Amino acid sequence: MSVEGWTWLFVGITFALYIFIAWRSRVSTTEGFYVAGHGVPTVANGMAVAADWMSAASFISMAGLISFLGFDGAIYLMGWTGGYVLLALLLAPYLRKFGKYTVPDFVGDRYYSESARVVALIAAIFVSFTYVSGQMRGVGIVFSRYLNTSITVGVLVGMAIVFIYAVLGGMKGITWTQVAQYSVLIIAYLIPAWAIASTLTGTPIPQLGFGSVLDRLDGIQTELGFGPYTEPFNNMSMLNVLFVTIALMAGTAGLPHIIVRFYTVKTVRAARWSAGWALFFIALLYTTAPAVAAFARFNLLETTAGQNLEQVRAENDWMGAWEQTGLLAFDDLDGDGIIDYTPDEATNEMTVDPDIMVLANPAIAGLAAPVTGLVAAGGLAAALSTASGLLLVIGSSIGHDLYIRVLGRGETERERLLAGRIAIGFGVLGAGFFGINPPGFVSEVVAFAFGLAAASFFPIIVLGIFSKKTTKEGAIAGMSVGLAFTAIYIIMTASGLMALDPWFFGISAQGIGTVGMILNFIVTWTVSRMTPAPPDEIQHLVDNVRIPEVISAAKAAEALD
Amino acid sequence: MDEHIAEYWRKNVRLKVILLTIWGVVSLLLSILLVEQLNQVSLGGFPLGFWMAQQGSIFTFVILIFVYASTMDRYDAELEAKVNGDRASS
Repeated sequence: MSVEGWTWLFVGITFALYIFIAWRSRVSTTEGFYVAGHGVPTVANGMAVAADWMSAASFISMAGLISFLGFDGAIYLMGWTGGYVLLALLLAPYLRKFGKYTVPDFVGDRYYSESARVVALIAAIFVSFTYVSGQMRGVGIVFSRYLNTSITVGVLVGMAIVFIYAVLGGMKGITWTQVAQYSVLIIAYLIPAWAIASTLTGTPIPQLGFGSVLDRLDGIQTELGFGPYTEPFNNMSMLNVLFVTIALMAGTAGLPHIIVRFYTVKTVRAARWSAGWALFFIALLYTTAPAVAAFARFNLLETTAGQNLEQVRAENDWMGAWEQTGLLAFDDLDGDGIIDYTPDEATNEMTVDPDIMVLANPAIAGLAAPVTGLVAAGGLAAALSTASGLLLVIGSSIGHDLYIRVLGRGETERERLLAGRIAIGFGVLGAGFFGINPPGFVSEVVAFAFGLAAASFFPIIVLGIFSKKTTKEGAIAGMSVGLAFTAIYIIMTASGLMALDPWFFGISAQGIGTVGMILNFIVTWTVSRMTPAPPDEIQHLVDNVRIPEVISAAKAAEALD
Repeated sequence: MDEHIAEYWRKNVRLKVILLTIWGVVSLLLSILLVEQLNQVSLGGFPLGFWMAQQGSIFTFVILIFVYASTMDRYDAELEAKVNGDRASS
């Protein structure tokens, strides 16, 4: 069977599986729809978080980015895992104890303010919408590359699948499909990685083996004029690496679609453990990715740099297909038939899109056609699982926070559930529209969603739990200052509007969220000390989220005595 | 009961401070600020600083969360025992 046949087969089987699971886990209550009835087992939630978290970008693009950044790729590796420590220690257990459905629920209730709730819900929708259009586009791109459909057809198929299981099963359907999607994506990621590690280093464990290619890789890179692969700060300054890493960490901990997953487990205890499992499952991919990156870089340089172009093409028949897509291009500038690969744009003769590093991995490693089909199914699983988690946040922000909490509608359970389903349905349509017609700013905004989440949600949720004296005035002022500073800086330095040099100590737009976060902390803290303390019932609410369920029950019993 | 709860919260916060200090030292200090010094040392083919940034820090994060979860289980159980003891004796 051809590569395309295998791809259709794997994609067909996995899609059928997702729909089957959705049918099995359809729901009839709002609690089931928004938080899976608080009934998701600990380890399963860990897998669902991992799938929710790892998007098309993690699966397809990250290893390629790292292979071009070398050491500096650590910003993604640490930034997108270190945030889970913050989440597990500072947020997840307390939000679970709070026990409602959404992040705006917590912000609105803790800060006894409808304006805080509205700001939080707008921020949640904004962050999730920019992020989800990228996922839908990711589905379209995987379809177009592996199955020769147009991107539009791919997006439509993706929309149909997500529509079925998100509208039918809400959070419950999404959770169990995410568990299946995690299994598919991790198998699809690890099999080619194991195979390449075996052929290149003699050990099948990529994490161990990749140390043995680094020395040679450093040597080749230096010879070609690139800095050594393992040398830090070749692409960005130490200060920027530090600030980008912190912004990604705090942003990860503040992303609504990740936080809400911790509402779905049974207890506070389960929330803590499932954060550990989530990071364990994420780490399986995130510790493999830097190995894949180094192997891919090494393979690429060994195969191409300084070699005869026609001979390289003849020996590597996988290259033709990628040259056709434009992701790989040769241009023999000096006409000597040799591929000159250099950091200097004027003499460089090879351009490589980072995405190839994962997509072409099975072919480069000489693996059989079924593995390529599996990788395609894995990329789709990564994109679909993240899209559905984000759509749930959009649906709950509109159907629950706006329609029910702010507007005070939804008297009957039936009406509330219907509102949720309709809101998610519109979310799917909107995401699909932007997936087919991507606005130019989307790819920039996705990267900055983290900075904005770090500068808005993270500080006020943490202070809301750890400082009883934090007032609504403090939180609103802090959120506004953090968001405004970060957004304006990004617009000034990274958008086409002004394109100024990064003026704040040379910190890049990606890392400025860290400064916004610090400002938010300072403003929230200071303003809270100058305004009247929160009402007693809010202080009791904070006391209550800090203790385990049985102790709350004992306290309530004592009060009755 | 309230003094038991206050003690529980103090222990919880102290545990967080310890674990987050390790978190910061491993990721921000060793993997970024001191990476050049650490890279002078080699570990199984890896320059040590590079290994910390791309592998070691992630392993540490996973361990930190599991240590937190299991220690909090113990603190929860201790608090529950104390509260139940007080109620039984009153």
